[in-house]
Amino acid sequence: MWKKLSKGTRKNTVTYLLVIVTYLVMSILQSGGHLSNLISGMLVLLCVYAIMAVSLNLTVGVLGELSLGHAGFMCVGAFSSALFTQLTVSTEMNANVRFFFAIVIGIVTAAVFGFMIGIPVLRLKGDYLAIVTLAFGEIIKNLCNVLFLGKDSSGIHVSMKDTMSLGMGADGVVIINGPQGITRTPKQATFLIGMLILLISLIIVLNLINSRTGRAIMSIRDNRIAAESVGINVTKYKLLAFTVSAAIAGAAGALYAHNTSSLMATSAKFGYNMSIMFLVFVVLGGIGNMRGGVIAAVLLTVLPEVLRFAEDKRMLIYAIVLILAMLWNWAPAARTFREKYGIRRILAARTGRKVIGSEGINASESGKQKEEEM
Amino acid sequence: MRFLTSFINGISLGSVYAIIALGYTMVYGIAKMLNFAHGDVIMVGAYAAFVMLNQIGLPVYVAIPVSMVVCTVLGLIIERFAYRPLRKAASPLAVLITAIGVSYLLQNLALLIFGANTRSFSSVVHLKSLRLFDGRIIITGEMIVNAVVCIVIMTGLTLFVNKTKQGQAMRAVSEDKGAAQLMGINANGTIALTFAIGAALAAVAGVLMCSSYPALTPYTGAMPGIKAFVAAVFGGIGSIPGAFIGGILLGVIEVLGKSYISSQLGDAIVFSVLIIVLLVKPTGILGKNIQEKV
Repeated sequence: MWKKLSKGTRKNTVTYLLVIVTYLVMSILQSGGHLSNLISGMLVLLCVYAIMAVSLNLTVGVLGELSLGHAGFMCVGAFSSALFTQLTVSTEMNANVRFFFAIVIGIVTAAVFGFMIGIPVLRLKGDYLAIVTLAFGEIIKNLCNVLFLGKDSSGIHVSMKDTMSLGMGADGVVIINGPQGITRTPKQATFLIGMLILLISLIIVLNLINSRTGRAIMSIRDNRIAAESVGINVTKYKLLAFTVSAAIAGAAGALYAHNTSSLMATSAKFGYNMSIMFLVFVVLGGIGNMRGGVIAAVLLTVLPEVLRFAEDKRMLIYAIVLILAMLWNWAPAARTFREKYGIRRILAARTGRKVIGSEGINASESGKQKEEEM
Repeated sequence: MRFLTSFINGISLGSVYAIIALGYTMVYGIAKMLNFAHGDVIMVGAYAAFVMLNQIGLPVYVAIPVSMVVCTVLGLIIERFAYRPLRKAASPLAVLITAIGVSYLLQNLALLIFGANTRSFSSVVHLKSLRLFDGRIIITGEMIVNAVVCIVIMTGLTLFVNKTKQGQAMRAVSEDKGAAQLMGINANGTIALTFAIGAALAAVAGVLMCSSYPALTPYTGAMPGIKAFVAAVFGGIGSIPGAFIGGILLGVIEVLGKSYISSQLGDAIVFSVLIIVLLVKPTGILGKNIQEKV
């Protein structure tokens, strides 16, 4: 039966199985007490970053546009969902139902932002588009830092100055406190929910790629003019992909917000540095390769923790590993070398199979990946 | 008065941005890559000057050229070992990510060598401040030097690119690398030269920036680097006068926005203006609009 499935379906199934097996293995290890506190504490964060890698991979790998502001969408999702939880925390609502709605609100808000930002941004091209997404990400982060919001018996108060200018009554509670952000959000995000969201986003994205819509999006990436000339509505599909990508980032943000006790829009968490970090996951994992992106996200997040023994040199080692990994993966010279002496070649020689392209983890020629590589 | 003061401050800050942006735009124009490590080369230049001026006690006219040489060598090494192997890579993003890796590398090297403490950089400018309108407007020596150096560099670069043989080679490589090579131009050498010039400019920018804003940490270069990138895009990336105009405008907008609208939203204002400009003119103020051919 396995052989009967198309190559794409088989690859996708492997990806799903990988996520499920990882979840099972980690849960068993955790319940057996074999995981260090450090790793246990990182599990949800790893899910967040993996989901972000899937989200950005949709924009960069499938739509073919460079976004340097994806942390902004995550920020929107995080703040909107945490705000919802804070506003409804005193009501009778069941905690799990509330968390579900918080995630939905994070997704919807981020999608709305993605749509609104996408309309102007997607008119631009290449590096200009990249810089504008970076700009939007920074603006979102900056606005979150000056936003004050409180609730009292007469309703919700919003201000851009400080808590005093909210003008609340005596029973008022400050929810968003400017640079201090949102504190004391219930920590409801669990590893199971994180893995579920990751799995769902993978299913959505991989199915999108293998659909009529996905092929339309990829045709725009490969040749916009040709796509337009066969009657594909370029704006519509670009916006669609961008919005879906933002929505998934919103889910990651909601997850993140319910995993931290104090949600602050600092540069380290939601600035362009973070957006670039997500881009590193995508490019290192293979542009357009969802599985590779997720693996790269996990490896690169765990790496600094594993390197703790190196103390102050760990980020230095991290940087060197990153540069070497990029050179090894992408430099034409390294690729020829691998094709000549790589493991696949040796394996193929033994089994008598032909080497097709190079390793699956990489994208092929100039963004024109073959579909089976996704 | 307040407007004039902010405006002058803006031009001074903008001049620093412009010098960084000139390096950015040169490299982009020829190698078609966003050099995210450029900001960190500025930091290295500033640290090199800091060590020579404040710790060894060398005079300014020695310290600045030596720090330029340090940055030039660094720029050449980065170009040779991190960027050149990826020049023919399948995706242009590969070299971008490597640049980010180089940026982390430089920051963490500086962190390891100099520590995370903020060093206070003593100004290299020893000019007297100008006092206008009975001292209500003060123009410091640093401001004057920033603006003058910026104009000199811009003019020099324009002349170099337009009048010299090497400059011609640069333009040829930026236009069509393959064709330039067929005409006997050493493309790799030309690109390396561009990186060297960009890095030397970064050293100058680092010294001037730290003279005006004397806090030096391993992360000093990151934000100005991004701002200069914005300035270069603002003016039309790849264009030398564009980078100059973009840098000055960016500085003026930032300072005016901070003093008149909100000090916390300074960056947001800069980025909003950038978005508006790009929506009206999608290739920046002086950028060339290249029509896509089928």
